[in-house]
Amino acid sequence: MSIFVDKNTRLVVQGITGKEGQFHTRQCVAYGTNVVAGVTPGKAGQKMDDVPVFNSVKDAVKEAGANCSMIFVPPPFAADAIMESVDAGIDLIVAITEGIPVMDMMKVKNYMTDKSSRLIGPNCPGIITPGECKIGIMPGPTHKPGGPIGVVSRSGTLTYEVVHQLTMQGIGQTTCIGIGGDPVNGTNFIDCLDAFEKDAETKGIVMVGEIGGNAEEEAAAFIKEKMTKPVVGFIAGLTAPPGRRMGHAGAIISGGSGTGQGKVTAMKECGIHVCENLGTLGELCAKVLV
Amino acid sequence: MKIHEYQAKELFKKYNIPIPEGGVAFTPDEADAVAGKLGGFPVIVKAQIHAGGRGKGGGVKLAQSSDEVKNIAGEILGMNLVTHQTGPEGRLVKKLLVEQGLNIEKELYLSIVTDRETAKNVIMASEAGGMDIEEVAAKTPEKIIKVFVDPLLGIQPYHCRETAFGLNLSPAAMKLFHPMLRNLYNLFADYDCSLLEINPLVITAEQTVIALDAKVNFDDSALFRHKDIMEYRDVDEEDPLEVEASKYNLNYINLDGNVGNMVNGAGLAMATMDIIKFAGAEPANFLDVGGGANAEMVENGFRIILSDKNVKGILINIFGGILRCDVLAEGVVQAAKKADINVPVVVRMEGTNVEKGRQILADSGLNLTTAVDLKDAAQKVAEIVN
Repeated sequence: MSIFVDKNTRLVVQGITGKEGQFHTRQCVAYGTNVVAGVTPGKAGQKMDDVPVFNSVKDAVKEAGANCSMIFVPPPFAADAIMESVDAGIDLIVAITEGIPVMDMMKVKNYMTDKSSRLIGPNCPGIITPGECKIGIMPGPTHKPGGPIGVVSRSGTLTYEVVHQLTMQGIGQTTCIGIGGDPVNGTNFIDCLDAFEKDAETKGIVMVGEIGGNAEEEAAAFIKEKMTKPVVGFIAGLTAPPGRRMGHAGAIISGGSGTGQGKVTAMKECGIHVCENLGTLGELCAKVLV
Repeated sequence: MKIHEYQAKELFKKYNIPIPEGGVAFTPDEADAVAGKLGGFPVIVKAQIHAGGRGKGGGVKLAQSSDEVKNIAGEILGMNLVTHQTGPEGRLVKKLLVEQGLNIEKELYLSIVTDRETAKNVIMASEAGGMDIEEVAAKTPEKIIKVFVDPLLGIQPYHCRETAFGLNLSPAAMKLFHPMLRNLYNLFADYDCSLLEINPLVITAEQTVIALDAKVNFDDSALFRHKDIMEYRDVDEEDPLEVEASKYNLNYINLDGNVGNMVNGAGLAMATMDIIKFAGAEPANFLDVGGGANAEMVENGFRIILSDKNVKGILINIFGGILRCDVLAEGVVQAAKKADINVPVVVRMEGTNVEKGRQILADSGLNLTTAVDLKDAAQKVAEIVN
């Protein structure tokens, strides 16, 4: 078992003929992901390795049966690419692109409210069910198949670090999801926690947050009210100065809200095992999650 | 990105949002010349820096005569203005805005912000104008009205009515307020603003509505489609090292500590700062060289970190994913040889091909300390600087 993606996922890559799109498509194929199509407007009929390229996501759905899309389209055109996928009826959209204007993402978010598609990201490493399906830019070999831990994070390389520490402890993962570092994103912590709670194979969850916004506080309240599985939490940016954007567009303490300490306190109050020293996260997980 | 008040008011003018008569001045004589065109006294002399709280810091003053304008301008220009937003080091004032005095009846607060939680644009308004709005929000939140606008729909007349009624405007003021709010919203949406704030928005004795102050911030990710706003950038208001780093597309923020650090990825970079602190030292910076860092970026990163004279040791923390550790190690070695490093460097590397990477570092002949894991790395660098 896993959440959101598995062996039956049929992937279309939007922006497949670009440098990043090509490179990461090959990595995903090598990992075993079923990449059925690519989209680059104007390049229909071409192939990227063995993958057929179409002019539109609609064509990729119709001709190749795609049900999931991965987006490498540059920021000025990425919101359009997401909405195109939604309109084509894609179930799961994974937007890797970093630097999409906030106003564009707010429009996408409002457009999607009554649609059935799920969006992961943008500005995220993607999602992986180890041993089955990798949709994104994360290093496959760092992960260990078979569960029993689910990972959800706002970060990229920090997630790899966390997964690496789990793997070093001999702890496998069911699914690892990067929900992205932007202020307005699709899938949030609660969506993932809820799915992990319902997934029989997942026995515990690692949740990696960072400064900015209040997604961690809301997730903590959800965990306290609705979850039975143990959760280990980590917050990056306890030493971050207020008012400064720490790399990720969403990682900013504004007007005294979104502080790391506030999140740590909220998470502790809700019964989450908070790890304060990243160097010891793997050990803590071994102790409380398995 | 932030801009100055006078620049924000140029945008206001373009969108027919009423502002006081006035102009920018760089010398006391220029300030006097601007004041002379305003048709009488008093006039207001306002320091132009990218920080709020200027009035309390002594950067905004009323002048009753031509001589007073020159004196006040002379005092404020060149002063190191300290406000709650500048930090104790303050900000050097290089320009002024000189404006006509108004016959103020009431001061209001009005702003528009993007709200990340609801994905809506929020109009915030309050009758408690002229005060620190964060204080109002904390002590008397009921005094702030919030009106949410769906970005797909844009501003509608009912949004304007809801705001105006909430502010208890007179019928005469309301007539002027509606088009002003609509224009403000359109400016906000057209230019991808992240914050647009007028504090105070003034109702004059004549029942006109005027933006006495103007603060506009922009979404950095959207600047590619606003070349005219890029022209407003004032590098004097930014940290020189951060300006330098931005030339190389490096995400760098200068901090007060003495442990320089270079990391790939923003989340891991924040976590690295935290673990330095946890080990008993203070980070000198935040530096994210990107998830796919290359040798050139590492080299530029070294140069920026070493330009900070407080740095007594450097911690490099790289998680090699798709980007392999051996490639990264080559980059670090090349960069270190070019950058003439004069402080101890601790390297922690993990991920794909890590053994090969560590070997390259060990064989490089460079004075690098290798750490086995993150905890070890932080402890080693903390020992060096302490």
